[in-house]
Amino acid sequence: MAGAFEHPFAVYLRAAMIPHIWCSGCGNGVILNAFIHALDELRMDLDKFVVVSGIGCIGRTAGYTNVDSFHTTHGRAIPFATGVKLAKPELEVVVISGDGDLFAIGGNHFIHAARRNIGIKVICANNFNYGMTGGQVGPTTPLEALTTTTPYGNVEHPFNLVHLATASGATYVARWTTLHVRMLTMSIKKLLQRKGFSFIEVVSPCPEIYGRRNNMRTGLEMMEWFRKASVIANFSDPAKAEITPEKIVVGEFVDIEKPTYEQLLYGKIAKIVKKE
Amino acid sequence: MGGDKAVLTGVHFMSGDIACAEGAIAAGCRFFAGYPITPATEIAEHMAARMPEVGGIYIQMEDEIASIAAVIGASYAGLKAMTATSGPGFSLMQENIGLAVMTEAPCVIVDVMRGGPSTGQPTLPGQQDVMQVKWGSHGDYEIIALAPSSVQEMFDFTVEAFNLAETYRVPTFVMADEIVAHMWERVVIPPPENIRIVNRKKPSVSRDDYMPFMPDDDLVPPMACFGEGYRFHATGLTHDERGYPRTQDSEVQTRLVQRLCDKIRKNADKIVRVEEVMLDDADVVVVAYGIVARSALSAVRRAREQGVKAGLLRLITLWPFPGKHVAKAAEKAKAIIVPEMNCGQIVREVERAAKTTPAYHVPKLGENPHTPMEIFAAIRRHG
Amino acid sequence: MVANFLRAPMNEKKVLKLKAEIHILKDQCKGCGFCIHYCPKKVLEESDEINARGVHPPRVVDEKNCILCSFCTAVCPDFAIFVRGKQCMDGC
Ligand SMILES: Cc1ncc(C[n+]2csc(CCOP(=O)(O)OP(=O)(O)O)c2C)c(N)n1
Ligand code: SF4
Ligand code: SF4
Ligand code: SF4
Ligand SMILES: [Mg+2]
Repeated sequence: MAGAFEHPFAVYLRAAMIPHIWCSGCGNGVILNAFIHALDELRMDLDKFVVVSGIGCIGRTAGYTNVDSFHTTHGRAIPFATGVKLAKPELEVVVISGDGDLFAIGGNHFIHAARRNIGIKVICANNFNYGMTGGQVGPTTPLEALTTTTPYGNVEHPFNLVHLATASGATYVARWTTLHVRMLTMSIKKLLQRKGFSFIEVVSPCPEIYGRRNNMRTGLEMMEWFRKASVIANFSDPAKAEITPEKIVVGEFVDIEKPTYEQLLYGKIAKIVKKE
Repeated sequence: MGGDKAVLTGVHFMSGDIACAEGAIAAGCRFFAGYPITPATEIAEHMAARMPEVGGIYIQMEDEIASIAAVIGASYAGLKAMTATSGPGFSLMQENIGLAVMTEAPCVIVDVMRGGPSTGQPTLPGQQDVMQVKWGSHGDYEIIALAPSSVQEMFDFTVEAFNLAETYRVPTFVMADEIVAHMWERVVIPPPENIRIVNRKKPSVSRDDYMPFMPDDDLVPPMACFGEGYRFHATGLTHDERGYPRTQDSEVQTRLVQRLCDKIRKNADKIVRVEEVMLDDADVVVVAYGIVARSALSAVRRAREQGVKAGLLRLITLWPFPGKHVAKAAEKAKAIIVPEMNCGQIVREVERAAKTTPAYHVPKLGENPHTPMEIFAAIRRHG
Repeated sequence: MVANFLRAPMNEKKVLKLKAEIHILKDQCKGCGFCIHYCPKKVLEESDEINARGVHPPRVVDEKNCILCSFCTAVCPDFAIFVRGKQCMDGC
C-alpha cells in the first residue's frame, strides 16, 4: 500500500502501518485526520513532538503518527507523558487515548495531571464503550445502553468528561463530535498552542461494536445521531454541558491560564541551583 | 547539570536510604518519581531535597503505577531515572516493569523489602520479594537485581545498578531490606573521577536508517531518545526491529522475546557478582545475601574457629542467578545452608544449581534477621 | 495615494480560477460514505466498483460543482480522498 499512498498528509503517517486497523466508519480515523490537519496548519516542529497513547482501538494512534511516539500500557499514557514532559519540557507531548483507558483504569492519573497542571495535551476518543475488547460497558456508557456486559441495559451513571476535566483543573476543555471536524481541528490547534493541561473530548462513532448493539449499524447512522443531538454552546457553563443520547452539548468550555507544573518546578530549580 | 554538588565526595555517616539516593545522584540520575512507603520513604524525601540542587526532577506521583510509568517516560526522554518503593508498591509496579523490559527502557527500581504478604510488617525487614523481582510481571523476561548488605553498598550498588541498566537497556533492581535502608553507617563517597559511569549507547546512523530495536552484537540496541530527531515508535506490543507492532507473527515474537532474555543470559558472566569467603576447602557452604550475609559471615568465622570447614558464598547479583558459582561451591561441599528472611525462595535456585549437594533452608520471618548463632547452629547441624 | 483605491472592474476572463481536482485513493477507502453524505454539493456518489477492501469507493459525479470546501478530505477516516485546487485560465 505504501507506494500508492499519495495523500497530502502521508508524510505525517508511518506508511508501513497504513491502512490502519480501524473499522469502516470508525471515528478514530477522523480524529487522526483532524489531528494531523492541525499539525499541518501549525507547521509544528515534528522533531520536538511526542504522541503517547494507551491501549484500545484509539491507542494505535501513537503508532500511526510519524513523530516520536510511545504506546504504553492500558491506562498509563498520562503518567508516562508526565515523565517525558518533565524530563524535556521543550517537547510538545500529546496523549491520544480512549474513554476506558483515560477514565476507567487511568482515571486517577487524569485528575492528578489536570490538578497539577502538567503541560500535556489530552485528546479522548469517547466511543461510549471498550471497542478493542469487543464492546463492554465503560465509564462513559449512557444509562440503559446495551453492551456485551450490560445485556439488560446499563445501570451505571456515566462520567461527564467536560465536568470532570473542568473540576480537576484543566485549563482548556472542549467537546466535539467527529462530525464537527472543522471545529475539532480548530480546537486541536488551540490545544497545541496552550501551555497548561488541556483536554478535548471527541464523541466518536464505534459502529462496529457499540453502534450495532444500539440500533446504529453504520458510522453514518452514528454521525446522523451526532448531527441531530448536538447543540453548539461555546463557553456555556461546563456544568450544563450535558451528554445523553438525546442531547450532546459541544463547544469550548474552559480556556484559562495558570502556571504549569513544569514552570513552577523549573522556576524553583533555577533558584535553588543559583543559591548553591 | 549538577556540577560538584552531585557527588558528595568524602566520608559520611548516613542511612542506607540516603546512601542509595546519593548513589543515584552520583550515577547521574536526574529524575525521581515515587510514592511514599515505609521503609523506602526516606529515599524519596532525600531525593526531593537533593534533586533540585543538581538540576534534577523530583515528583511525587499519585501512586506507584504512575511512578514507574513516569520513570519510563523520563528514561525515553533521555534522563537517568529511578523510583523506590516497598512490597505493596512493588506489586503495583509489576505491569509497567514488563513495559520497561519490553521497550528496553533503562531505569532503576529500588525495593526496600519489608514483611509481606499484603501490608504485612511495614517496619520490619524481609527478603520476600526476591522471586517477585524475577517473575513478578507476566511473560518471559530477564532483569538484573542486586542485593546490598551495608550502607556503603546502598551507595555503590545503586551506582552499579544505573550502569547495568544503561549498558543492557533493562530495568535494574536494588533489592534492599528494612535494615540496610534504615541503618546508619560510615560511607565513603569517592571523587567523581573514581566513580565509573556508563551511559546508554546512542545510534550512529541517520534517522532514515535508524531502527530502534535492531541490536548490536551484544544484543542491545542503541537508544535514541525523544526530541533527538529520530521520530521512532516504541510499544509494549510485540514489535519488530522498527518498533512496529507484529502481534500475529510467531517469528517476530520468538526473535524479540528470546533476545530480551539472551541479552542478559548471554552476558551473565559479565553481570554476575558474588563474594566468596573461605570457599576453597569448605565442607559447608552458606549461601546468603543482603543483611543476612553479615550474620552468615560471623557464623562462618565462628565455625572455622571451632574447626568446621565452613565458607560463605554471598550473592551480590540475585538475578541473573550466580548458578555457576553455586555449582562450583557445591562440588566439594557436603551441605549448603541458605538462611533467608522468607519461607524459602532463593534456596530453590540454589538447589537447582547444587544438584546432588543438599541445601537446607533456614527461614526467618517477622523480626530481625538471623543471628550469627542461628546460622552457626544450622552449620553445626548439617556440617 | 488615491490611485490605490481606484480599481478597474474585474475582467472575469483574465482571472485565474481554482478548478477542483478530486483525488480518490480507491483501494484505501473503507466505504463509510461520510464523504458522499456530507458533501454540501453532492459531488460524490457511491460507485459500482469493488475495491481491494471489498467496498464501493466513491466516484465523482461532477467535479465542476465542487466548491473546494474540503470537507470530504477532513472527514475521511481513511485518508482516501483529498481535493486540490488547480489554478487555470477559464476553459482549461
Ligand atoms: C491492565 C489491562 N487490563 C485490561 C486490558 C484489556 N483492554 C484492552 S483495550 C481495553 C479497553 C479500551 O477501551 P477504550 O480506552 O475506551 O478504547 P477503545 O478501544 O474504545 O478505543 C481493555 C479493557 C489491558 N490491555 N490491560
Ligand atoms: S471496534 Fe469500534 S472503536 Fe474499534 S476500530 Fe472498530 S469501530 Fe473503531
Ligand atoms: S471539497 Fe467539498 S464540495 Fe468538493 S467534493 Fe469535497 S466535500 Fe464536496
Ligand atoms: S470518507 Fe473516505 S473511506 Fe469513507 S467513503 Fe469516503 S473515501 Fe471512502
Ligand atoms: Mg472507548
